[in-house]
Amino acid sequence: MEELIIFLILLATGFIVGQYLEQRHYKSIRSREHALRYIPAIASKHLPEEFIPCSTTMVAGNVVISIDFFKKFVSGLRTIVGGRVSSYETLIDRARREAILRMKEQAAAEGANYVFNIKMETSSISKGRQDSIGSVEVLAYGTAIIQPKQNGL
Amino acid sequence: MILTTLETVPGKTITRHLGLVQGSTVRAKHAGRDLMASFKNIFGGELKGYTELLQESREEAINRMTEQAQSIGANAVLNIRFSTSSITQGASELYTYGTAVILE
Repeated sequence: MEELIIFLILLATGFIVGQYLEQRHYKSIRSREHALRYIPAIASKHLPEEFIPCSTTMVAGNVVISIDFFKKFVSGLRTIVGGRVSSYETLIDRARREAILRMKEQAAAEGANYVFNIKMETSSISKGRQDSIGSVEVLAYGTAIIQPKQNGL
Repeated sequence: MILTTLETVPGKTITRHLGLVQGSTVRAKHAGRDLMASFKNIFGGELKGYTELLQESREEAINRMTEQAQSIGANAVLNIRFSTSSITQGASELYTYGTAVILE
């Protein structure tokens, strides 16, 4: 009985706090994405001729985000019937967008105009136990292109 | 030392190609961080300790790669890629590699 009560308390706190944290994070992601929209992140390897001369520097951003107890429980149920696990979708979406934002923030600090050849790397972090940590690490990296100011760009 | 994920450095020509250079490091988290992560696992959200740890480890891997490139006389590393793999419980390997070249 006690175990059930603890479980329900964990489920409730996970639901309330997790939901609140996720909404707050999405809000911050949206406003920062809007502010950094002037730096396009491009997945192309080849730099257009007119960009030269410019200087380059490597930029990277990483983040580790954990899932909350409620969502972990729901996704556990989902694996019985199969289908879309939307609770993990939002987790990975948040992690990817946050990593790209951190990369762009670094690029903005360098005074870059573009970020070229973006690569993403995703890895899961687990403790290997049965109650493993449901968290994901995303690294985004690319080359920031800094054009001389007189180009007018 | 120029480090880039592009295949060329704009406005410069490659005079010599020196082959692959690489750097790797294996890191484990300490127990305190693991405990904090377990708490965070109830509420969800960012695990700042892990973020910092992985960032530091990646810098270490880049430093090792840069040292290797310097020792063979390169002045740039092109086409850099990162890779992460978990080896055992609580430890992960961070690996970075690229092509060492001499630029004009």
